[in-house]
Amino acid sequence: MSVVPFVNAVLQVRDLSVTLGDGPEIVGDISFSVFAGEIVGVVGESGSGKTSIATALLGDARAGAVIAGGSVFVDGRDILALDEDERHTMRGSVVSHVAQDPALALNPMRRIGSLLDEVLRVHLATLDKAERHARIAEAASDVGLPASAEFLRRFPHQLSGGQQQRVLLALAVLLRPRLIVLDEPTTALDVTTQARVLTTLRDLCRTRGIGAVYVSHDLAVVRELVDRVVVLYAGHIIESGSRDHLFDNPAHPYTRGLLDAVPDISGRHAVRPIGGHAPALQDRPEGCAFAPRCSLRSASCSIRPPLRDFGDRRLVACHHPVRGKREDTAAPSRAPAFAEQQALAVLSGVSASYGANQVLFGVDLALPKGYCTALVGESGSGKTTFSRALVGAVEDVQGTFTYDGRVVPLSGGRDIDLRRRIQYIFQNPFRALNPRQTVGQILRTAVLHFFPIRSADADREVSAVLERVALAPELASRYPRDLSGGERQRVAIARALICKPELLICDEITSALDVSVQAAIIDLLRQLQRESALTILFVTHDLGVVRAVSDFVAVLQHGTIVEHGSVGNLLDRPEHPYTRALVADSPRLRETAA
Amino acid sequence: MTSTLSRLRGDPQARLGFAFAGTVLVAALLGPLAAPQSPLGLVGPTYGLPGAGTLLGYDYLGRDVWSRLLHGGRSVLWMSFAASVIALAIGAVIGIAAGLSKRWVDHAVVWGTDVLLAFPDLILVLLVVSMLGREPWLIVLTVAVSFVPGVIRLARGVTLGVVSQEYVEAAKLMGYPWWRIVLLEILPNISTPLLVHLGIMLTWAIGMLSGLSFLGYGVAPPAADWGLMINENRAGLMIQPWAVLAPVAMIGFFALGTNLLAESVSRAGSRIAVRKGVKSRARTLMRGNKRRLREQQARETRS
Repeated sequence: MSVVPFVNAVLQVRDLSVTLGDGPEIVGDISFSVFAGEIVGVVGESGSGKTSIATALLGDARAGAVIAGGSVFVDGRDILALDEDERHTMRGSVVSHVAQDPALALNPMRRIGSLLDEVLRVHLATLDKAERHARIAEAASDVGLPASAEFLRRFPHQLSGGQQQRVLLALAVLLRPRLIVLDEPTTALDVTTQARVLTTLRDLCRTRGIGAVYVSHDLAVVRELVDRVVVLYAGHIIESGSRDHLFDNPAHPYTRGLLDAVPDISGRHAVRPIGGHAPALQDRPEGCAFAPRCSLRSASCSIRPPLRDFGDRRLVACHHPVRGKREDTAAPSRAPAFAEQQALAVLSGVSASYGANQVLFGVDLALPKGYCTALVGESGSGKTTFSRALVGAVEDVQGTFTYDGRVVPLSGGRDIDLRRRIQYIFQNPFRALNPRQTVGQILRTAVLHFFPIRSADADREVSAVLERVALAPELASRYPRDLSGGERQRVAIARALICKPELLICDEITSALDVSVQAAIIDLLRQLQRESALTILFVTHDLGVVRAVSDFVAVLQHGTIVEHGSVGNLLDRPEHPYTRALVADSPRLRETAA
Repeated sequence: MTSTLSRLRGDPQARLGFAFAGTVLVAALLGPLAAPQSPLGLVGPTYGLPGAGTLLGYDYLGRDVWSRLLHGGRSVLWMSFAASVIALAIGAVIGIAAGLSKRWVDHAVVWGTDVLLAFPDLILVLLVVSMLGREPWLIVLTVAVSFVPGVIRLARGVTLGVVSQEYVEAAKLMGYPWWRIVLLEILPNISTPLLVHLGIMLTWAIGMLSGLSFLGYGVAPPAADWGLMINENRAGLMIQPWAVLAPVAMIGFFALGTNLLAESVSRAGSRIAVRKGVKSRARTLMRGNKRRLREQQARETRS
């Protein structure tokens, strides 16, 4: 494709490609530009090459990767053609980077003031102390941090996550760069903090005329923030265009599929997963990389489609672009009145603490039988402690727990039958399965532990449960390392299901997964619930997921439940100020229906 | 585990280590069968140089050095193997138990190991040997005891890392018996660092046992032993160096071999490939420079 060299573009990437050593291409044919004051979102699922592009914009490649070709013009100079010293000077002063996890990006042994001061001393050696202080004060006020001497003397661990991210942002804008590259800067933050950081970022780019590249997997955040979007799939740009065009009339089937897969807080929609999974680096197909998962594929898809103009400054790489507006299919929600509910588990006055630090303060919650209750709260609200207390994994806990009509001790020993009836699924599928056991061994151990059956019957149970979670029975002989994240989480769900539980506790089980995979897991949970009338406690911080998966919601703040109700009522008409703030700050993918 | 083995087979460092350690091992085990002379017979001149009928010359009493060398490995090798394996077994059991138990038990174990670690290994062994005698089993046990604290610290550390993993917690929540959690969930996942430590301990044990023999506290003369041979013949180092250098080389090769092997096992276990980062950065830089040169030339031809 031909790129007209824009005079006022702060960033212009042309035919960039990054390879793994001399081997396969991680990203290829990447061309896009960013203007002053504009924010461009680079969107893709894990493994699509987002971070490789972000680091290449600074003229760097991760260990093992090589920038194989193309050019990256930042403010008119090709950063890839410079030598190392010149690149050092450009980084920070012309182009700067904001990392994903602020807790890891800041040196814990340095004070905030000295971190900021160092950047100025290295890049602008001519400034004296007073001038440096003035610059620091300016940058701090730009990002909404106090510039008091007391604040600058603090260490990173004395700041909140949002403040740490602001410090990174201040470091990035301190030298008044023309371009900031942000690599998922808000994934580690709570929604409220995230909303504030995003507002700061937007204002900063507008008022200072800084161009920004915002790399993210979170479509809702991208929609709230950016002006234009570039969508990546398997290392190539498959669609780019202005935000409104892309979100309202996506042309590429993948973009459409991705938007259909995202659960959204603003209304209940059927969440449709994309079948299959993204190809690994070595097995990317010759032609269109998305073709194997695409419902519109034809013979012509065996040739890779070039990025073509689709009108309105939009580019699409597809042989069968879709025209027209994207419509959501509404999904019915079912949540009869509380009075009709029969509670499977009732918890009252649950208090828990770790040492001197009390986490839960007299929580009352009833889990209606056969329904999914979501437990929502920000990090540190005590939601994980509460869910772990249900399975008896918290030591210092008081309160009463009535399960199916009988009182059960919250801490201490439990009989084997209760352990079977309440199953817990962990957040991180990469740590929840023993790497030295095959999938079959993991599932067999569980079923033989709870049921007095013969070995051959256990094997039959294993294949049956794998089928229920939509995995091939052949997977039983594989080790967890051979599976993708979504497949591992299915195995973890299978381990719970094979015990024939009544109550399933899901602790943020989709937060480590990609959107299209998350949609498939949500789909699976809903289907399992319909089939076997499971009661589910779904712990999450994502209100979009709550809308998609649950019937009831309880909102937890500082260890107490502040609001509890059916999902429709609570999200559409929140009453408690905290719930209102949560709902208002959650990024939305669609305009509010109201 | 199979993938770790196949990885090892392809690693040149592992092959080298295996060749070194294997050669010394075979020489020590089968050597006595191949020795041309008795290790104790006085068959030549004192400090006789290598020549016809003698590969490495004669030692301070006129015994054949080559025959003594082939006979002298068994004792040091079996003793170091036994000491390391005993230390590994005891240390792993205590370490895993400490990693799994309540806070105060864990603290007590750590304090105990600290005290033992503060006491120098060789002094401890010398003390016991000089007080209780120099029976081989006693030496093996004391060397093992001096190694145990290190194994405990290692086993406890890796156990703590594995116990915090969610699959162990899942097993606990399911109510699996404790022995199944230890044997199936924990032990397979900490075996690699423990095996690596075994290799390192083997090296240490050989050094320590040879040192003991050298100091006269190990194997009693006139038996053949590499450490003892170094001590016996050091006075004649300038006249007949082979009597000292040959046992030194055997000990050195074996230590080097086990060390190389242990290191490659640990690398294969943690799946660390050879880093390419520096090289690739240099290549990017080179490409940038080349292109700049090209563009400069293009500009010059244009103007």
